[in-house]
Amino acid sequence: MSMTELYSLLPMITLTSVILVLMMVIAFARNLALTCGLSAGGLLLTLVSVFWVNHDLSAGFVTPLLVVDAYALMFSALIVSGSFFITLIAYGYKVQRGELQDEFFLLLLLATLGGITLAHSTHFASFVLGLELLGISLYAMISYPNQGLFSLEAALKYLILSAVSSAIMLFGIALVYAVLGSLSFTEIASNVYQDTGFDRLFILVGSGMILAGISFKLSLVPFHMWTPDVYEGAPAPVTAFLATVSKGGIFAVLLRFFTTVDSYQYETIISGLFWIALLSILVGNILALMQTSIKRMLAYSSIAQIGYLMVAFIAASEIGGKQLAIEASAFFLIAYFLTTIGAFGVVTIMSIDSTDHDQDGLDKYEGLFWHRPLLAGFFSTMMLSLAGIPLTAGFIGKFYIIAAGVKSELWILLAVVVIGSGIGLFYYLRVIFTMTKQSESNEVNVSATGGWAMAAVTLLLVILGVYPAPVIEWVSAVAKALV
Amino acid sequence: MTMILLIGVLILGGIAAWLAQTWNKDWPRWISLGTCLIAGLIVLPLYINTPEIHWTLGGNETAWIEMVNYAWIPRFGINFLFALDGLSLIMVSLTIFLGFVAIISSWDEIPDRSGFFQFNLLWTLAGVVGVFTSLDLFLFFFFWEVMLIPMYLLIAIWGHENKSYASMKFFLFTQISGLLMLIAILTLVLSNANQTGTITFSYFDLVGHGLPEGLSYWLMWGFFIAFVVKLPAFPFHTWLPDAHTQAPTAASVLLAGILLKTGAYGLIRFTVPLFPQATVEIADIAMILGAISIIYGAMLAFAQTDFKRLVAYSSVSHMGFVLVGVYAWNELAMQGAVMQMIAHGFSTAALFMMAGAIQHRIHTRDMTKMSGLWHDMPRMGAVAMFFIIASLGMPGLGNFVGEFLVLLGAFSVSIPITIAAAIGLITGAIYALIAMQRVFQGEGKPDRNLKDFGGRELAAMIPMMIGLIWLGVYPQPVFDLVDPVLSSLHLLTTSDPTQWIGSLP
Repeated sequence: MSMTELYSLLPMITLTSVILVLMMVIAFARNLALTCGLSAGGLLLTLVSVFWVNHDLSAGFVTPLLVVDAYALMFSALIVSGSFFITLIAYGYKVQRGELQDEFFLLLLLATLGGITLAHSTHFASFVLGLELLGISLYAMISYPNQGLFSLEAALKYLILSAVSSAIMLFGIALVYAVLGSLSFTEIASNVYQDTGFDRLFILVGSGMILAGISFKLSLVPFHMWTPDVYEGAPAPVTAFLATVSKGGIFAVLLRFFTTVDSYQYETIISGLFWIALLSILVGNILALMQTSIKRMLAYSSIAQIGYLMVAFIAASEIGGKQLAIEASAFFLIAYFLTTIGAFGVVTIMSIDSTDHDQDGLDKYEGLFWHRPLLAGFFSTMMLSLAGIPLTAGFIGKFYIIAAGVKSELWILLAVVVIGSGIGLFYYLRVIFTMTKQSESNEVNVSATGGWAMAAVTLLLVILGVYPAPVIEWVSAVAKALV
Repeated sequence: MTMILLIGVLILGGIAAWLAQTWNKDWPRWISLGTCLIAGLIVLPLYINTPEIHWTLGGNETAWIEMVNYAWIPRFGINFLFALDGLSLIMVSLTIFLGFVAIISSWDEIPDRSGFFQFNLLWTLAGVVGVFTSLDLFLFFFFWEVMLIPMYLLIAIWGHENKSYASMKFFLFTQISGLLMLIAILTLVLSNANQTGTITFSYFDLVGHGLPEGLSYWLMWGFFIAFVVKLPAFPFHTWLPDAHTQAPTAASVLLAGILLKTGAYGLIRFTVPLFPQATVEIADIAMILGAISIIYGAMLAFAQTDFKRLVAYSSVSHMGFVLVGVYAWNELAMQGAVMQMIAHGFSTAALFMMAGAIQHRIHTRDMTKMSGLWHDMPRMGAVAMFFIIASLGMPGLGNFVGEFLVLLGAFSVSIPITIAAAIGLITGAIYALIAMQRVFQGEGKPDRNLKDFGGRELAAMIPMMIGLIWLGVYPQPVFDLVDPVLSSLHLLTTSDPTQWIGSLP
């Protein structure tokens, strides 16, 4: 391994060293502020190193397992910044939950490392490695001690279902390997196989199983059953992590796999994806309507949001619309990250003092506009962004999705997007409306780090909504390089 | 730069009003009033400027009073493209003026959280000004959506008993139809980019696009539905009575006075020039919808017992004239449509203010419980009489000029539709006079001890009365201002310039 290769792995090396240092520190001194500060600082350092590597990038493989290119670095940056904000938001929450909370941040960093690995992976081995690193850290994060039975149930549910889906996916990978004799994406792409008979069937079934496994992790309909329960049971900051970093990393692999191998050529897979996207948008939105718990509502809404993302993903099947579609998914994902972290951030802050169960009942938010105007303002911005209303990043994201759909002429899916957005408005606006009601004051203590992190997320969201040009340039350069 | 300055002043004024609430409860409304005053002072000098900036629009030279063009999102060829011509100028002036009226009308109505109220009010104004001046389709859509949120909050927070339902319905109708327009805009832009190789959202580049007729036809519907929902015309009008009735007075004034006009403006500015052929194809349908709105709106207005609901349905009826006028698409009818927009802005804003004032005093909007208010409040009665008469289309006042010109113009296009629309004038008189009778005349109730209109309310009403009389007696300045715009838009749909001039009486 040459120096340049080592250099391009700098973000992963940085993060790994931070994890090691943190482990040492915890062994000697248990101090939550120190742990959290170190994690946040480490993530920031990793982010800097990502941009540093990105600055004079010579894209290429580092071992057959990993590839360092603009695409991988973009997703790494996204994942690391997501973790950074979640760390800050989680601090105030964890302080109130007794001792022995330090390892939580260690797990968070490990999961982030898994996410980055996913973003870089170009081989099924590194894919599974990243996936499991992410998944196993997540089980522990969900059921982290002192959270009560509720989160334990969620963790168990996630563990079992996630393991099953991983198994299905591994079997799919095995089928593909049986025909092509390789696990590397590029080799799979270049290997020829008999286009008829068993070979084709194996590839199709294998790809289908891989897709099913990934759909589970992305909580797409019909693999979404676990989502509301786990979202509700997990502590709010972990839910934020689950909804963003975990999904973002997996989507990065999915998109890379499909574009490298060109799985878009299979009609069967495309029509399967079509139904998955359509159902996710409709089912997610309709079920979200019926929720009275904010966390469950956000769970269903995230199913719908990933459904929108899949519209752009399907749009990439048209040669002419490929670049726009990849851009659209990247931008949408950035907006989704910010919005989701922001939304769960508010739930986190609201739940700081209630140690047995998070404050996620809609009625708990009544009158928030008048007791905690800033917090309510943040939450409203998040809701408007999820609904795709201008002045927020969500609007540009939705604009991008529709543009990609139009470019690839996916009229049915576009109609579904419109219907879904219409339904979505109902429950997003209901939250805002609830917050404007008159009610008795209920005191909320906002931790300083959490408050500032939320302010930063909201500010970023608005900046992206009003002046998205720099990010659009970045995203489109990445998409161009990938195509 | 004036447009950016104008929008900036409104946005900053809103923020200032919100912040000021912390220190003093009275400051927000004064800041808001001052902001509107400054905005008015920014707009006024524009009347002196003659249109000097020339720009090709669909192969013809057009002149603009002001134009601003900065890159915004270069990847998609999206610019901060603001341009102002006679039509925009009139609509912007109307916006600022009615903003003024709205602030005065809500002077005592909002006891709590007035800062946030004024913030939403001013941001609505900023959004509407953006809609009237932006000529980049993306920017236009941006403002189109932005103006909804503060309006939603105005209704949802300070509305009356059924505010949750009304605000949600308002938002859903406009948002979903807006998404259809977004799809249409994107299809238009991307198809145009396929043909010409450059991706652009600029109005100047997109007018006169050479897209196949079948595609244009579908795209036209995307725009048409979005604007007609906002107008609103039958069968998309159902959100309006709820929203207007539940909204606080100031929001009703803004909704009826200017937000409805954005729909009409969109039809004139975008739908017809972008899709001239498709427009011809659906002109009949649109005019029929307009005629139905006129009669149906009038009938429903007649059946109401809620004063605000009555005024709301009368808006449906009056905006039907605008729809008929736009789709008759000749000079008389178009001039009439623009005149109707302005006159309706004044008269309906005044009537909503009246309804708000009554509700503030006797705490009901139910007309069966009013009767004889003239006796208690003679000044208010006289003012109400004036606006009721204006609204029913009495010659000598602005509304008459608008409706008459629309009918005159439509007559040369379709006689049956004109006849149907003319019936609306009669039904209009019926519901308007019935309302007058029920509310202000009849037996008075003893011991009501109501406060008559004071100086503050008269200060808002009298300028509108003067405006309506002026529009009714000497409408020529408005025609002069708007005519070059309308004739240049008309040129886009026909190669024969004499046709426009030829239709002058």
